Amino acid sequence: MTAVTPTGIPGPPRRSLAQRAPDILVWGAVIVLLLISFGPVNMSQFVKLFTNSENMREYGKDFLHPDWTDWRLYVDKMWLTIQIAMWGTCLAVVIAVPFGLACAKNISPPWLQQPMRLLMNLLRSVPDLVVGTLFLVAVGLGPFAGVMALAVNTGAVLAKLFSEAVESIDRGPVEGVRATGATRLHEIVWGVIPQVAPHWTSFALYRFESNSRSATVLGLIGAGGIGQLLFETMNAFDYHKLSAIVIVIIVAVTLIDLLSQLMRSRLQ
Amino acid sequence: MKRGGEDRRRSVCIQAPPSGESLQKTSMSDAAVLSIRKASKSFGPRRALDGVSLDVRKGEMIALIGPSGSGKSTLLRSISGLQTIDAGEGVIEAFGGLVQENGHIHSGVRQTRTRIGFIAQQFNLVGRLSLFTNVALGSLGRIETWRGLLGLWPEETKAAAMAALARVGVADYAGQRANTLSGGQQQRGAIARALVQQAKIVLADEPVASLDPVSARRVMESLRDLNRQDGLTVLVTLHQVDYAMRYCDRVVALKAGRIVYDGPADGLSTPQLIDIYGPEFEDVFWEGAPK
Repeated sequence: MTAVTPTGIPGPPRRSLAQRAPDILVWGAVIVLLLISFGPVNMSQFVKLFTNSENMREYGKDFLHPDWTDWRLYVDKMWLTIQIAMWGTCLAVVIAVPFGLACAKNISPPWLQQPMRLLMNLLRSVPDLVVGTLFLVAVGLGPFAGVMALAVNTGAVLAKLFSEAVESIDRGPVEGVRATGATRLHEIVWGVIPQVAPHWTSFALYRFESNSRSATVLGLIGAGGIGQLLFETMNAFDYHKLSAIVIVIIVAVTLIDLLSQLMRSRLQ
Repeated sequence: MKRGGEDRRRSVCIQAPPSGESLQKTSMSDAAVLSIRKASKSFGPRRALDGVSLDVRKGEMIALIGPSGSGKSTLLRSISGLQTIDAGEGVIEAFGGLVQENGHIHSGVRQTRTRIGFIAQQFNLVGRLSLFTNVALGSLGRIETWRGLLGLWPEETKAAAMAALARVGVADYAGQRANTLSGGQQQRGAIARALVQQAKIVLADEPVASLDPVSARRVMESLRDLNRQDGLTVLVTLHQVDYAMRYCDRVVALKAGRIVYDGPADGLSTPQLIDIYGPEFEDVFWEGAPK
């Protein structure tokens, strides 16, 4: 609201206290929460980073001399991890397309959309390590359990991202298709999917990137791949070999990042 | 309240509409392809339509005019069942079949829609699909569902799509993505889609409002051509009164959701335009006011 000055020209707009209150409240809450959390996370130990830096240097020295004798094995295991990530992401997309559409407010009826959202939230909040353990019990040790863990977790995440993309589409083209006497399914295939396809692809590629990292961690529970090797070597305190493995992971993940970024930038 | 509105509308109505306005029965006469009875629509406190009744006969070319917010678009969208009207006595019928009644879209509307082409101000083409695919989508209501889903267009559809594109003069751009084309080209693509649809009625919602005058004329001429050559019934909302007068036989003017004029295009006089648009009525002539 602007006040009119005697000259007739309205003064500059001014935000009232009521309008600013939400901002003040949010920022205030953030600051208070950070202060409360200071003690529990031992932030006071921050100085030890500098006083005990000698220990870190000692530990890190071994990393400067990677042991490459088993490099074929590392590359082999890294490739297995990437394969886990590929299949995990692929199955996740298969899950996310129908569920993402079912979660979208603008095309899904409330009776379907509400429970679907709840289900996706539930699946998303279960860490993939837990899901992986569940599948290990079912299918035994090995990469397949890793694939399924990624598929379920990423599927739920992608469903959310996909549905948000659907919610931001332009209604016009959908109505254009509807006005021809098309069915609901036609509207989705021809009116919705073409609009969200570049976003969906981009999200899927991005999740593939982060899944190649997650697949490494899944080695911890015995899902195979470079992760398993990583933890075995770590437990053996063989830091020279560990260093070589970490370098392989860094190079591979960086390459995947670059490749997927390149592909994503060519979308649209 | 509603009665009073109705009476007031009558008193403002300058000329009696050609088809019996007092017709109260819901079934249409044989010649009528569209029948709107006491359609009202509120968006919150605002009444976009206030007891509108209108009969459209086969082969008519009608301009819907009126200031912004007078309910023109709402009326067109309601006829296509893209939007519900308020519950109550409002009824909309097309080809003798129900489109909507008592605030509910009729379940058979899909079948009715296949015969009603809809052209929108923003073209409503799917930008990332080729112009050809967009036009082929016009056949979705007639071909088998699975073919439509997979985009396996029958030869007949392909031929019809290219013929329609050629007719409106954009066949050369068939392979291009719709969003790479100019507004005028896209709008003619939208008309081609209605042709492939084999629509008997074309509803055009501000089809030229986003176009330059040259493109606008070509689009209006395409619509006029469909009306003259193919006998399609055309109902077009226009911002520009001169376009309404030049291309349409009958003009229906809306003001605040009520019909305030319904008659021949040449029957519109300056006092009537002032009544519809207010003293700045000359602004609504794109290429200069008459006289």
